[in-house]
Amino acid sequence: MEAIFVRSLAWVALAAIALLMAAGAHDGAFAVHMTIFAIAGLIAAFAGAQGIAILRPTARDLAGRYDDQVVRWGVIATVFWGMVGFLVGLVIATQLAFPLLNFEPYLNFGRLRPLHTSAVIFAFGGNALLATSFYVVQRTGRVRLAFPSLARFVFWGYQLFIILAATGYVLGVTEAREYAEPEWYVDLWLTVVWVAYAAVFIATVVRRREPHIYVANWFYLAFIITIAVLHIVNNLAVPVSFLGSKSYSAFAGVQDALTQWWYGHNAVGFFLTAGFLAMMYYFVPKQAERPVYSYRLSIVHFWSLIFLYIWAGPHHLHYTALPDWAQTLGMVFSVMLWMPSWGGMINGLMTLNGAWDKIRTDPIIRMMVAALAFYGMSTFEGPMMSVKTVNSLSHYTNWTIGHVHSGALGWNGMITFAAIYYLVPRLWHRERLYSLRFVNWHFWLAVVGIALYASSMWVAGITQGLMWREYGADGYLVYSFADVVKAMHPYYVMRIGGGLLYFVGAILMVWNVWATILGKQRREAPLHQAAYDAAADRPLPAKVEG
Amino acid sequence: MAMLQFHKKLERNITLLAVATLITVAIGGIVEIAPLFYIDQTIERVQGVRPLTPLEQAGRDVYVREGCYTCHSQMIRPFRDEVERYGHYSLAAESMYDHPFQWGSERTGPDLARVGGRYSDEWHAQHLTDPRSVVPESIMPKYGFLADRDLDSAGYGANLAALSDVGVPYSKEDIAKADSDIQVQARADSDAADLERRYPDAKARDYDGNPNRVTEMDALVAYLQQLGTHVDFRKVQPQEEDQR
Repeated sequence: MEAIFVRSLAWVALAAIALLMAAGAHDGAFAVHMTIFAIAGLIAAFAGAQGIAILRPTARDLAGRYDDQVVRWGVIATVFWGMVGFLVGLVIATQLAFPLLNFEPYLNFGRLRPLHTSAVIFAFGGNALLATSFYVVQRTGRVRLAFPSLARFVFWGYQLFIILAATGYVLGVTEAREYAEPEWYVDLWLTVVWVAYAAVFIATVVRRREPHIYVANWFYLAFIITIAVLHIVNNLAVPVSFLGSKSYSAFAGVQDALTQWWYGHNAVGFFLTAGFLAMMYYFVPKQAERPVYSYRLSIVHFWSLIFLYIWAGPHHLHYTALPDWAQTLGMVFSVMLWMPSWGGMINGLMTLNGAWDKIRTDPIIRMMVAALAFYGMSTFEGPMMSVKTVNSLSHYTNWTIGHVHSGALGWNGMITFAAIYYLVPRLWHRERLYSLRFVNWHFWLAVVGIALYASSMWVAGITQGLMWREYGADGYLVYSFADVVKAMHPYYVMRIGGGLLYFVGAILMVWNVWATILGKQRREAPLHQAAYDAAADRPLPAKVEG
Repeated sequence: MAMLQFHKKLERNITLLAVATLITVAIGGIVEIAPLFYIDQTIERVQGVRPLTPLEQAGRDVYVREGCYTCHSQMIRPFRDEVERYGHYSLAAESMYDHPFQWGSERTGPDLARVGGRYSDEWHAQHLTDPRSVVPESIMPKYGFLADRDLDSAGYGANLAALSDVGVPYSKEDIAKADSDIQVQARADSDAADLERRYPDAKARDYDGNPNRVTEMDALVAYLQQLGTHVDFRKVQPQEEDQR
């Protein structure tokens, strides 16, 4: 009792400090953020004193083999932030087609775009990684989560980070470096949360009751360690005042550019790839009920992937003022990266050896296979675009946007949806999902949506690149910049259609997950009921030896 | 296989695994990034590049705040079409005082590295207020609210001080006079001799068409109007010709 009292008191004290900082703030946004900190501190004080019933572990959690409360919250957060991210994406896509839908100053494209990218990468993707890593590390080590209170702090602290980042963007609080936009104090908060995350994860691995550390955990570990390094180095900055939101990056110009893209490319490499490969290495074998295809391949591709990814950042800076030697290094390593990336894809796909029929009968497996296929496609496209000659056309165009979305919607989205469908019935102790037919619909809506999105952006990007560089017979540039903007309109409209389909699919997921949590089961015909055909039901004809 | 035997050790010991991972991911970053801070040729010094005046820097803060980098690049590549469309390709030295860099990654809108001096102040103010009134095809959001917001210049010296902490060569005098420099540069009728002495080629005038107030529009237009104007490329000879 004493300890709980002291802990709550500490939270109240922190809340009071935040309130004082809000009162002395130099700008409105900082005052808003410190107030949010204070509210969060008070909530933590109540929760710590067991004052909030919904946050208390249930009897089942306490008695069960594994501590899954945080994982359940994590799944809900993943679904919720996913919807926010997709919706904001849809809004900004519509703004590009119909600029009247910008509402100055708070809802202009420039402020909403970081909201979209951060919501899908860090809120949707980040929660998926938190939830699945806590689930997987317990199962593969046959041990309960270490430091249960700290694990809860990690989850809720991460939500606070998301709220601060998101509100900051709309209020104009940004460092203006892609995917690292949050300001210095939000970065510091994330650092605290991340160290706690690493502590929980590593301590759980240490306590495992299995001699080996399962391959999924190597990937989670590489993701946690590398993101920590990237985040700390890239966000080095000097605040103007400790009571204001503004700061200036420690680096300038060329050095800032390469540091930022070393970070930015490896947010892709370690957040969206290594972390999600960890998910793949657990959920694909489980759902397919087959062992991972090759242990040796997983060793080779793990070490080569994490070694090579770090070098690839400069391919974001081809033909810029970055020295040539760095550009060339970036290109060469990006091309080499193709192989370990496909190593992961092959290991995942071949895990279905002997279970290929499940692609037809199990829509969750189908999602996983589609995710791996999109992973393979975008990790081929990436090295291709990092070749300097290709990049001279593709850079600055919508091709890049198409590329990241085939990766994000196809690979990250699909593997996360599949993991959610796997997890929800198990976490809430339900017999099955509310509806498998919904999953099937979700799958097709998502696939058609991605196809529409990616193809419209490919065509848009290549059109854009070619129009910019087109010369007439007279030796003058043919198109003004405004001509090219105008030519993009139909593709921007098509993209809205793709995004909308993907979003509708995700709404079906929300419905399905919610109904499953409530314990409902949709009465529906099974997905596959081929009519009995006596003629077809006979042994295969024996080979005639000639 | 010896490798597999060695790996058995790694995958049974989280400390070894974590250390090996950290070393593996550290190599690439160290080899690529660290030399940029030491190799002299990374940024070749060029005549004319200077730190931004407080008004221009305040305009840059607005540029950063509004997320202009999400649609506009500030990095012209050395291609015939880009050089003809936007001007001389960008030099590393031209962004050596940019904390953060704003090279961008998308050209939903045109590159802005050399937009300075291409249009009049009136055009910029009009375009920012209602882009489609001057470029019908434009899909840019409106930024008219900037003209209604007084620039928060009180204590702007703290911003210059923070910038000087990260290496921008502002003098003590620059930092002390930041507030008044802003007022001087944003008005047409002021005596700008002292400002021009410390910031060569700085232009003092009323940027937003409203002489009564110093607004965020003044700052942003002042920032845009100096972009890419500091290096005089007529004086710069290609290296091959130099050596002859």
